[in-house]
Amino acid sequence: MKIKQSPSRIAFLVFNYLFLALLGFLFIAPVWHVVMASFSDAASLTSHTGIVWWPLGEFNIGGYKIVLNSPSISTGYLNTAFYVIVGTLISLLLTTMGAYALSRNTMKYRNVIMLFLSFTMLFNGGMIPTYMVVKNIVHLYDTRWAVIIPSAISVFNLIILRTAFSQVPESLVESAKLDGASEWTIMFRIIVPLSKATIAVILLYYAVGIWNSWFPAMIYLKGRDKYPLQLILREILLLNDTGVMTTSADAVKNVQLERKLVKYCTIIVSTLPIMCFYPFIQKYFTKGVMIGAVKG
Amino acid sequence: MKSFILDIKRNKGLYIILIPVILWFIIFAYLPMFGLIMAFEDYTPKGGFLGSKMVGFKHFMDFFNSVYFGRLLRNTFLISFYNLIFGFPAPIIFALLLNEVSNKVFKKTIQTVSYLPYFISLVIVCGLVADFTASDGPITELIVSLGGKRQNYLGQAKYFRTIYVLSDMWQGIGFSSIIYLAALAGIDQELYEAAQLDGAGHIQRLIHITLPGLSTTIITLLILRMGTMLAVGYEKIILLYSSNTLKTADVISSYVYRKGLEEFNYGYSAAVGLFNSVINMALLIISNKLSRKFTETSLF
Repeated sequence: MKIKQSPSRIAFLVFNYLFLALLGFLFIAPVWHVVMASFSDAASLTSHTGIVWWPLGEFNIGGYKIVLNSPSISTGYLNTAFYVIVGTLISLLLTTMGAYALSRNTMKYRNVIMLFLSFTMLFNGGMIPTYMVVKNIVHLYDTRWAVIIPSAISVFNLIILRTAFSQVPESLVESAKLDGASEWTIMFRIIVPLSKATIAVILLYYAVGIWNSWFPAMIYLKGRDKYPLQLILREILLLNDTGVMTTSADAVKNVQLERKLVKYCTIIVSTLPIMCFYPFIQKYFTKGVMIGAVKG
Repeated sequence: MKSFILDIKRNKGLYIILIPVILWFIIFAYLPMFGLIMAFEDYTPKGGFLGSKMVGFKHFMDFFNSVYFGRLLRNTFLISFYNLIFGFPAPIIFALLLNEVSNKVFKKTIQTVSYLPYFISLVIVCGLVADFTASDGPITELIVSLGGKRQNYLGQAKYFRTIYVLSDMWQGIGFSSIIYLAALAGIDQELYEAAQLDGAGHIQRLIHITLPGLSTTIITLLILRMGTMLAVGYEKIILLYSSNTLKTADVISSYVYRKGLEEFNYGYSAAVGLFNSVINMALLIISNKLSRKFTETSLF
């Protein structure tokens, strides 16, 4: 059925399509600029002002060569891989354990314990006392664990997971108990497999969070050999320290000349993994937003 | 106590699973809370939380009497406020406009593209902001072509908040609109058909069906956001500010960081942090109460 539209409605629709197209352009233009600039000729790029629509001068992959040969970038990448994999596993394990135990209603005091955990969402010691605990009491300063452990559990994620776990029918747990299954078996063999979708969302939250994290690394790490990628990126992009890319003096001079190009290539190299995944993982994030909204 | 021990005995397996989690919370959440005692001490790492000299409310008095107090409060509030009045309605409007699009492919494309900035890391977003507003950056170029001055805009104190809020919107609009799009999809289509039969125009349907359908979501999110008005995160501020822009950019949390971890003024910065935490908690409790009263949804 086709309904005849009034002229003002047509005007609105035209405006709406154009406006949304413009917004779409604004979302993507910065990314386009970076991609095109990263393939440009170094000298043309340095003297260019404004947005780069198409690679300037000769098509050039020299910037990528510098970035890919840079020891700090590759160390940063390896460190980040370690933090993401180990950190996500630890976070997910601790959160699952907490959520599982607190989802079981045989535990009389679970609400008291839940309150004990939830209170930390409302009030916490803050940056400085936490820093002192990590440095002077637990002695994690300048170790890789300082990046992973102090921020391992998010109460918010724990609550989401607990809600998902408590929706598994009680009868399944009881029949497993009658068969003599231990709590660990029930958790990993019954509850977790039945809550796969929510676990996937939480896993993604943790993994992306650690991938993006730079602040704990900045305050807790001294040795550059442990720096995650984001901290290296901060030096290159925001402190304008492209010197960290190489070690020899000659190469440093060269990098200074190609500073702008190297910046753009660094952005691409360090965003590529997420950009390849994002169309696929966005639906999990969308799902996460909805779960969080239902049980915030 | 007796019944607690009984509960532990009866659920031994569950409590064993819970031990590492409880330990984590004691060490990394409650120990720092206890450590807030340092806000009342001339804290030295050697003396520790218990061995440092007590000074009472000295740090608080110093902070309230310092020239920074007013400036920090003002900056923190203003950044939150601008973020609220510009950043809050934007995803709602975006969702409403998207909702009017009947072409599925176009809608899906714009939606996917709008999520893109959300998946770029904060460090890189800030790097892009710095690069685009530099004196030879694309945004500066646009401003120059419109008759503006060629300068490094991020380095100018008077533009800091604008840049902060706009870049926040760029990164967040698409993703924040998800929740509104879901609420829009949940509105009963029959209401629209009935209204159309009664001769209601598009505007009338928007006012009488769509907006009431969104109101719960909007009010809940708005009230909860009020609760975080003085909790501007330090990460983006620290990434973007410079000594030139401190005047407008420095917020309470970034000040805590600078005083504590760059100038090693531990006790003092812990006191400022405690002040901020207490205010944040109060605001959160109030907004939660309001939310429960007006929308029957609450955070806790």
